[in-house]
Amino acid sequence: MVTILFYLFAAVAIGGAIGVVLAKSPVGSLLFMVTTLGAIAATFVLLEAHFLAAIQVIVYAGAIMVLFMFVIMLLNLGHDYEGDFRGGLYAIISFVVVGAIAGVIKNDLVGTQQLEATGAESIAAAVEESGVVGAIAHPLYTTYVVPFEITGILLLVAIVGAVALAKRNVT
Amino acid sequence: MEPISGIWAYVAMTLKVTGIFTLVMIVVAYATLAERRVSAWIQDRRGPNRVGPFGLLQPIADGIKNILKEETLPATASRVFFVLAPMIVLVPSLVTFAVIPIAAPLPTPAGVVDMIIADVPIGILYVLALSSLAVYGVVLGGWASNNKYAFLGGLRASAQMVSYEVALGLSLIAVLMLAGNVTLTDIVWQQQQLGMWFAFPLSLAFILFVISAFAETNRLPFDMPEAESELITGYHTEYSAMKFSAFMISEFGHMVTASALMATLFLGGWDLPGSWDNAYWHEGQLISGFADDGSVILANPALWKTAATFAGFAAKTGFFLVLYIWIRWTLPRFRYDQVMALGWKVMLPTALAYVMVIAGAILFLDEVGLDWGFSYGLVLTGVSGLATFGFMFFLDRGKTISGAAVKEPQKSRVDRVPQPAALGE
Repeated sequence: MVTILFYLFAAVAIGGAIGVVLAKSPVGSLLFMVTTLGAIAATFVLLEAHFLAAIQVIVYAGAIMVLFMFVIMLLNLGHDYEGDFRGGLYAIISFVVVGAIAGVIKNDLVGTQQLEATGAESIAAAVEESGVVGAIAHPLYTTYVVPFEITGILLLVAIVGAVALAKRNVT
Repeated sequence: MEPISGIWAYVAMTLKVTGIFTLVMIVVAYATLAERRVSAWIQDRRGPNRVGPFGLLQPIADGIKNILKEETLPATASRVFFVLAPMIVLVPSLVTFAVIPIAAPLPTPAGVVDMIIADVPIGILYVLALSSLAVYGVVLGGWASNNKYAFLGGLRASAQMVSYEVALGLSLIAVLMLAGNVTLTDIVWQQQQLGMWFAFPLSLAFILFVISAFAETNRLPFDMPEAESELITGYHTEYSAMKFSAFMISEFGHMVTASALMATLFLGGWDLPGSWDNAYWHEGQLISGFADDGSVILANPALWKTAATFAGFAAKTGFFLVLYIWIRWTLPRFRYDQVMALGWKVMLPTALAYVMVIAGAILFLDEVGLDWGFSYGLVLTGVSGLATFGFMFFLDRGKTISGAAVKEPQKSRVDRVPQPAALGE
């Protein structure tokens, strides 16, 4: 049952990803992207990572993509169906990059069944001990608190930079 | 008592899904009638009272009318997105009810049935995730209509829903800290254990949550996206017949879900006063509490208990539904910049400060070693009461709490005006 559902959601995710590239209108691309994010959240649920699935939907689908939508609708009025495919060189470069990423995934991640089994057990143990949210919150705020806070500072810097850029033309 | 298992679990699940879905749809239909009747009552009119006794068959007449009406499709609309938008908007408002417990567990010959469709481990996060998707339908509907008023409505909706989601989430953090878990079943259980509903120990979070929920459901005084005096009806201007109906069903569906959520988070959900109805799955046993020596007290579920707790849940949800309608026909609409200022400059800092206050209070009480129970709740009630008082005092600059009569006369006091007699001296 889980396998069938996994293949279903994986197919939806890949179909959505192809749709992002092929859709004629930017809004269509955006909706395909939301579909992909939702399907990935569903595969997280199949892996018992409920919290991650919820955060995936809340942050990516519910907040970031809404902002994307906002920008697309405001900035691209009237040019919805303009083709933006570039020449052959770009196509070759992107094929090489995608191929390299696929190769890395193939070599380093596929086939590590051992890691997967212990990972599932340790996740189950952590969830048993401190709940679905606690299983992520405990390591995040104890062992990995410094990287976590640094990421926060990075985001803060980005926000301050965005505000500074937006304000520059006003005054 | 054992939880239900085997083939009967599937039977119970099917019955629960169909039953709760039907119930929500019926409540939605009658909420539309209630809105019109209550508005008529508030405005000293009669309201729709022709179809059936007291107008009770009006929702059915409306449904038939909407199905039979002509579906229009604007010539310049993006056809696919125009049709897709009502579908997208309808789903999140109806599936969120799945994680809300509606009554005490029901005993059957095959085992005990939990009165909740899916007790998912992420509980409230599931509600947040789905409600954050609701904005797509609204924005898409506005954009696909290719109508400037509809588009403005859609943009307003997205800005408003994203803004108030922040305050909503932050006010929720206080609840999650006090309950220590995110599933709604646990939140109800913790309120039963505390001996008081979270509306008292977390009064400010309650107020912030209610305000944010009004903004999230686009109800007055936050109905900017469809402000009919400025934007015709905003994002659903171009929609007719059943597609328009889908937007209406989703709006009322959101109201019902938000009401049930507020009842569950802050008014104890299906909990009724006293410990006779408490029930919770603890290590495979249905318990109603812990004895002083730490041993469990087994719960004794019964049909009448389920019925009584369901009535309690329905009454609390109904209270919030009436509050929605009541406020709609009492308060005028905000201006758009006021909505944004309230969301970002008042709600967000208040919610953040309140999270700090409550976190500090909980940490202090745990360090002191006060047991989780009624006195724990009383201390938090005091802290939150002070915070609420401060918030209210700041928000209305003292007019409501100290009374408008204290401040207003100072501006127009007759004795401040120089009297002829005084001038003569």
